[in-house]
Amino acid sequence: MTETPARGNDPRLVIEYAINEKDFLVAGESASKTKKALQQLGLKAEVVKNTAIIVYEAAMNVVIHANRGMLRIVIVPGEVLVLTEDVGPGIPDIDLAMQEGYSTATEEIREMGFGAGMGLPNIKQCSDDLKIKSEPGVGTTLEARIYLTQKEGIRREER
Amino acid sequence: MPHYFHSVKLDEEKCKGCTSCIKRCPVEAIRVHHGKAKIIEERCIDCGECIRCCPNHAKVAVTDSLERLAGFDYKIVLPAPSFFGQFRVENSIDKILGGFLGIGFDEVFEVALAAEVVSFMVRGYLETHKYKKPLISGACPAILRLMQMRFPDLLERVAPIMTPMEVAARLAKQDAAKRTGIPYERIGAFFISPCPAKVTEVRQPLNVKKSSVDGVIGASVIYKDLIKQLSGIKGDKDGLQRATSRGISWGYLTGESRAIGSPSTLSTGGIQNAVSIFEEIERGGLEDVDFIEVQACEGGCVGGPLNIQNLFVARVNLKNRVNKHRTRDPYFDEKRLLEFFEQDDFWSKERVQPRPIMVLDEDVSKALVKMARLDEITATLPGLDCGACGSPNCRALAEDIIRGLAFDTDCVVELRERVRTLAEQIVDLARKLPQSLSDGPPKEKEPTPQKVDGGEGI
Repeated sequence: MTETPARGNDPRLVIEYAINEKDFLVAGESASKTKKALQQLGLKAEVVKNTAIIVYEAAMNVVIHANRGMLRIVIVPGEVLVLTEDVGPGIPDIDLAMQEGYSTATEEIREMGFGAGMGLPNIKQCSDDLKIKSEPGVGTTLEARIYLTQKEGIRREER
Repeated sequence: MPHYFHSVKLDEEKCKGCTSCIKRCPVEAIRVHHGKAKIIEERCIDCGECIRCCPNHAKVAVTDSLERLAGFDYKIVLPAPSFFGQFRVENSIDKILGGFLGIGFDEVFEVALAAEVVSFMVRGYLETHKYKKPLISGACPAILRLMQMRFPDLLERVAPIMTPMEVAARLAKQDAAKRTGIPYERIGAFFISPCPAKVTEVRQPLNVKKSSVDGVIGASVIYKDLIKQLSGIKGDKDGLQRATSRGISWGYLTGESRAIGSPSTLSTGGIQNAVSIFEEIERGGLEDVDFIEVQACEGGCVGGPLNIQNLFVARVNLKNRVNKHRTRDPYFDEKRLLEFFEQDDFWSKERVQPRPIMVLDEDVSKALVKMARLDEITATLPGLDCGACGSPNCRALAEDIIRGLAFDTDCVVELRERVRTLAEQIVDLARKLPQSLSDGPPKEKEPTPQKVDGGEGI
């Protein structure tokens, strides 16, 4: 569901999803809806594509690894923020987790075609800024940002 | 706003203003206003889904009539592979092609034959070029138009090769000009089409500058004339058929993939399926697939809205032909096919351009404000998605309101609610009479506090 609280002077769009364990469909659905919203906002194809990938991969990480969590996408004129917060095992070694092909997904998950260890590297590649905070046994917070103003010069009045 | 030609049109007299088409249109391009359906031109992709579902047959495909043949000195017919699925296998391809010669055409050229050329070129491209996996077929124009609007970043993956229809027209006209001495521009090529999207593609081509096809005739338009011919023809006209199984199988889903013969291909039909597959590709999936055959119609071209036969019947008819002609020698040998591959003639130089028409506002800040308003309006609507307002669902109505194309009172539930509130207010007001007219203090009803106060004062 989408909601749009007015905070500050910048108009913003907030899209939020609750993620439950093993809810594999939520990743695809949220990525698809986010994509449509970004296209309606007139963002560049590349930004739309990258955001959809981040949303999908970040949501999938929560589905696969955590007990539950939430996904929030915040769009303001200057940036797109994708945020996930989960309650779960956490990531003991973030640097290791960022390596391509490294995965702690179970055999069951891998058999379903997920957990190839590309999620986080993919998110990193698609975002301009990525922050991950994790506490083992508690949960993980992920914040991925794509900046719009430099890349796009989208605010016409500033041109 | 540029004007778009569309083959799909509305027959106003037949339209009863029901909501069948608005609910089924995969790109939400139809609204019902003032009791008639209206197609939003910038959004329509000419898939023909509305033609299929309209109970009143009010959606029609504008195709060319046979009278157009008169404008040319030499007329060549280009039947789509799927056309041969409209007949049982007892009517041989030779016989059907012969039938065309009886209704005003001078020559026949199967699009299936050109499909064999295209298959060879795609295969060659996959083997010799560096490309982003998967390569996407450019054969279905409705799919290309869908991509322009909703998947612009995937357009770079469309195979840069002309469609079999276009290749057929060029091959046929070049060859006929050489043989007959008639100038190229006096030769007309007419495609027999299973769908309206091809009509639009010829008038407003996406992957060539100008189409070499001079007219497109709907399969259902020519069917009757041809059937009459067939009953008159005894035996086959030999030697007209030149296509083999490879080209003929392009008429149904999976045929194109098999004809290309790459080790890893995916075939999908129907627009909803295409959307899921494209979303998957956008996420970086399917990178292990070489080629994607993607058709707007379920079952491929045999499922086209202008065909006569049921999709599954047409499919089995066509499969029977494919089985029958499996051992046939190809008309173009390997050397000739390689020449086509190396020549410049059939490579598409026009890149399909994005068409971002979903944007709420050119300015992102303004678009964000509109989006906020859009969400607010959506939240007030009942969420029934009934379509009675003329928009396909509540969200689409909210969008139409934002774009200034509709009003919140178009929602019957909302309107009913307002009428009810208003009615209650009227009843309330009607009960209130000035004291000068009333028959004294009301007895049956509870006295109002003011009057009680007044009573005490006396």
